[in-house]
Amino acid sequence: MTAGDDRAQDSTSERAALVDAAGPRSWRRAFNDLGQGWKQRPLWGYLGWQDIKQRYRRSVLGPLWISISMGVIATAMGILYGALFGEDITTFLPYVATGLLIWNFVSGCILEGSEVFIANEGLIRFLPAPLSLHVYRLVWRQTLFFLHNLVIWGILMIVFPQPLSWTVLLAIPAFVVLVLNGAWIAVLSGIIATRFRDIPPIIASLTQLLFFMTPIVWSYERFRSNPLATYVEINPVLHYVEIIRQPLLGLPIAWHHWYVVGAITVVGCAAALVCMRNYRSRVAYWV
Amino acid sequence: MVSIDIEGADVDFPVFDAKTRSLKKAVLGRAGGAIGTDSKVPVIEALRDINVSLRKGERVALVGHNGAGKSTLLRLMSGIYEPIRGRARVVGKVAPVFDLAVGMDPEISGLENILIRGLFLGMTRKQMEAKVDDIAAFTELGDYLSMPLRTYSTGMRVRLALGVVTSIDPEILLLDEGIGAVDAEFLAKARNRLHELVERSGILVFASHSDEFLADLCDTAIWMDRGTIREHGPLRDVLAHYKGRDVLAEIDAR
Repeated sequence: MTAGDDRAQDSTSERAALVDAAGPRSWRRAFNDLGQGWKQRPLWGYLGWQDIKQRYRRSVLGPLWISISMGVIATAMGILYGALFGEDITTFLPYVATGLLIWNFVSGCILEGSEVFIANEGLIRFLPAPLSLHVYRLVWRQTLFFLHNLVIWGILMIVFPQPLSWTVLLAIPAFVVLVLNGAWIAVLSGIIATRFRDIPPIIASLTQLLFFMTPIVWSYERFRSNPLATYVEINPVLHYVEIIRQPLLGLPIAWHHWYVVGAITVVGCAAALVCMRNYRSRVAYWV
Repeated sequence: MVSIDIEGADVDFPVFDAKTRSLKKAVLGRAGGAIGTDSKVPVIEALRDINVSLRKGERVALVGHNGAGKSTLLRLMSGIYEPIRGRARVVGKVAPVFDLAVGMDPEISGLENILIRGLFLGMTRKQMEAKVDDIAAFTELGDYLSMPLRTYSTGMRVRLALGVVTSIDPEILLLDEGIGAVDAEFLAKARNRLHELVERSGILVFASHSDEFLADLCDTAIWMDRGTIREHGPLRDVLAHYKGRDVLAEIDAR
């Protein structure tokens, strides 16, 4: 064998101090895990794509099915609920589609997040890798789904033009914030669910409930006159949906949604980091 | 500096049965006080007070009965498990070879599996792409490499996994036996390649029941017994104490 000449030990040997002198419960190790996982972008980037291609392997249209099924569901729901609530289809159909687009990402991160370590049991127990790797892979996969679904939004903007303005650019930072939230929720619920296996079913049923509590197939605007409308604001998902939906539909921006999302993001990330610090090393024992 | 230092490390596995691994038990158990004896999760003490120091160039055999803690010790060294008590410090790029099937996706092609496994073992994409031809030649799988892995026989899968693993350049190589269904001719070839791999790697820890393999690759040995290190010394002495006879002499005599 002629491995001698390409015996490259350059960048990858930084993985070195996988297990170091500090105790298992240290901030340094928690951040180290996140950093090492991030460095393995080629790996989770590849795996995330694989996950998507996998699902549509041997189908003729491939990942295009993601967009198609999203389009069909959004159209059907838009027409049905539009008729039920007597909404104007030219604004309501894009409203439902955009809401669903965001919801798919949110629910994907919540549902798969709670299973993220359980589903990767084999990898965790047999190959040493940062825990965050599995989270990055999950969020990346959901991002790819989101981008596929975004095609439907694009088509709808052509069919039913909305009063888009420069604010559409706000959707980009809003999505970045959403991705960050997807990551912390996967870390937090993933670790807890690995220890307590009742969590995934609880989360699954709560998520289903959340779908109906969030203004996706019904219009929040129309409901606003109702005194109960303030309670809708308790639902955190509402704020995430609004910060992206408003710019994507050219609606006026209600900044208080941004404040709420910002606060939740800070608290959530802090909680996930604490969980990562204290229980990261236990996950391999629990899976 | 490539090294493994483990000081006073303990590894306990909590055993959650379906009941204790639920939130209900944790919540109700706390609220209701000591109702059941199951409020505390039973643990298996897999490793007890492990003290090992390995330096570059060491070739360590890991012997012991089934369940003595060989695999757990290997996983402790790989960083998969962190000790409950004590410290484990591992410096170097670790390549664990525990279960050849893990991380292999049956739906994607052999080539893609080679790439993924390599990335998991800490290689870069470029490094793996440079090695693909070498792996293809070694595994003798030819055009099969572009077929999905599910079409492979067990032996072909082992070839593929071995091909990837032996093509990397680890600083610390941890081998757990379980290199099963491969035909004899291929095994002889794998042995040569394993030799080269061991020579390239800084530290080797090899758990096996095959004395011949151990004699071939290792010079010192650790005898694991019920989760503790019973003896750590030259291969000949440890094997002789473990087996109750001079195994190496028998192998030499052959």
